Amino acid sequence: MLKRVHFGPSPLPYLLVAPQIIVTVVFFLWPAGQALYQSFLVEDAFGFKSEFVWFDNFTALFRDDLYLDAFGRTFLFSFLVAGLSMGMALFLAVKADHVVRFRDAYRTLLIWPYAVAPVVAGALWMFMFDPTLGIVAYWLDGLGYEWNHRLEGGDAMALIVFAAAWKQVSYNFLFFLAGLQAVPKSLVEAAAIDGAGPVRRFWSIVFPLLSPTTFFLLVINVVYAFFDTFGIVHAITKGGPAKATEILVYKVYNDGFIGLDLGGSAAQSVILMAIVIALTVIQFRYIERRVAY
Amino acid sequence: MVENRPVSTFLSHAVLWLGILVIAFPIWVTIVAASHDALRLTQVPLPLWPGDLFFHNLQLAFTQGVGNAREQSIGTMLTNSLIMAMMIAVGKIIISLLSAFAIVYFRFPFRMGFFWMIFITLMLPVEVRILPTFEVVANFGMLNSYWGLSIPLIASATATFMFRQVFLTVPDEMLEAARIDGAGPFRFFFDILLPLSRTNIAALFVILFIYGWNQYLWPLLITTEKSMYTIVMGIKQMLEAVEESPEWHLIMMTTLLAMIPPVIVVITMQKLFVRGLTETEK
Repeated sequence: MLKRVHFGPSPLPYLLVAPQIIVTVVFFLWPAGQALYQSFLVEDAFGFKSEFVWFDNFTALFRDDLYLDAFGRTFLFSFLVAGLSMGMALFLAVKADHVVRFRDAYRTLLIWPYAVAPVVAGALWMFMFDPTLGIVAYWLDGLGYEWNHRLEGGDAMALIVFAAAWKQVSYNFLFFLAGLQAVPKSLVEAAAIDGAGPVRRFWSIVFPLLSPTTFFLLVINVVYAFFDTFGIVHAITKGGPAKATEILVYKVYNDGFIGLDLGGSAAQSVILMAIVIALTVIQFRYIERRVAY
Repeated sequence: MVENRPVSTFLSHAVLWLGILVIAFPIWVTIVAASHDALRLTQVPLPLWPGDLFFHNLQLAFTQGVGNAREQSIGTMLTNSLIMAMMIAVGKIIISLLSAFAIVYFRFPFRMGFFWMIFITLMLPVEVRILPTFEVVANFGMLNSYWGLSIPLIASATATFMFRQVFLTVPDEMLEAARIDGAGPFRFFFDILLPLSRTNIAALFVILFIYGWNQYLWPLLITTEKSMYTIVMGIKQMLEAVEESPEWHLIMMTTLLAMIPPVIVVITMQKLFVRGLTETEK
């Protein structure tokens, strides 16, 4: 951690860490503490006085069907996003690992959606699936399916899953490709000599060896779906229709800034923080394991 | 590969091209829409081949603006985005370099305490603490300013970790040699550490620029004046206005403008980008 050879004692290191620490305390620790504190308070409608209520906000949340629904919906959403984007990325990465020519060109053509902002991705997909104008909605209509994400909750959910997964494919693709290229060729060749076909070789050798990458990406994708997809939801559905796409991050924003329920929103923030901390711990424990792998 | 199977190689290429088409399709639709006029974009089915009005629409987007955001120009929004992205990326890199330098090269009380305080920021994304952070920024009078847009986002655990990792690989002999030559901490930092971490800084910059450019929730909360809007949130304002004035050709043009800078950064600096991604996630 510390260099064996280092500089002698002086006030300089405090000055060097000061900017980072000040920003952290003022904009991270203090607000997080505030959220924690507010989550124990109930304010009256005019914000004149507030009362300390211990865990009432939390128990109220977990008795609130709307909140529990949002919880379940968020899990479903992140499961679908992670599954769809990782599945597609793995499939493409296996193919890209298989070919020799044009590999770099394919990579270039597949990684750029990473740079697209979530809300911009939302705008693109919203335009393609616009119920009256969208080209894809038109094709679906031709197939006899009447697409309308403004009225149908299922359609709306599918649309935000598509937009969120589309943006994440490039990231997963890069990591899967790197993981595949690290698989020892000798193992694959040995299996080929023993008569295993490509499919068998993939599932019995390559996929198990890829599991650290897969697990790492799973955590990253869940974090992404939980927290970075606010822009997509806000642009396309605003949590609607009838809350069919209201995920937790959107609900914190909506209850806090639009509904002005400070205690409830703070309690939701605290729960989200707990989720991030849990996910971060999982990620770090796993990275320790990967070193030993 | 293990065995030579021309058919399977051909199939792999075909699948990859199909994947690329699927991935690129939304962007194709956008380019096509940005090159037609408003009238054509109200007739179903929408065109799948570009029209000839692309540059005309580009000019329109810059001169007349779009929808609700009409009063302020696309140029201003692009400039705001650029300033915000640069401030976030450069700010993060500077304060992370400094704190990693302190933590690796100095022994001082509370060193580990500071390290853990920085680590905590990893666990508190802006999305989970929006209301209280908003209050802090409002109390400082930083609403509707570039400082308010960038400072609350510039603490970075990942960047600090990365630079710590880089500094730890610098051989001890470097510092010993520098000291024998009479170099102090600043001299050592600027003449040895900075040049050695040049590639890492560049790689990190690519990632952070994209991160900064694509910020959405935070600018949405703290900017109320139109002169401070960023292009990414400007698109949202246009989507809101689409009900009364369906100007899809201009909206899609603006969408293109909003994604071109970060996409160009990724494509032209691909090596650095991949490196930055894999390093910051370790």
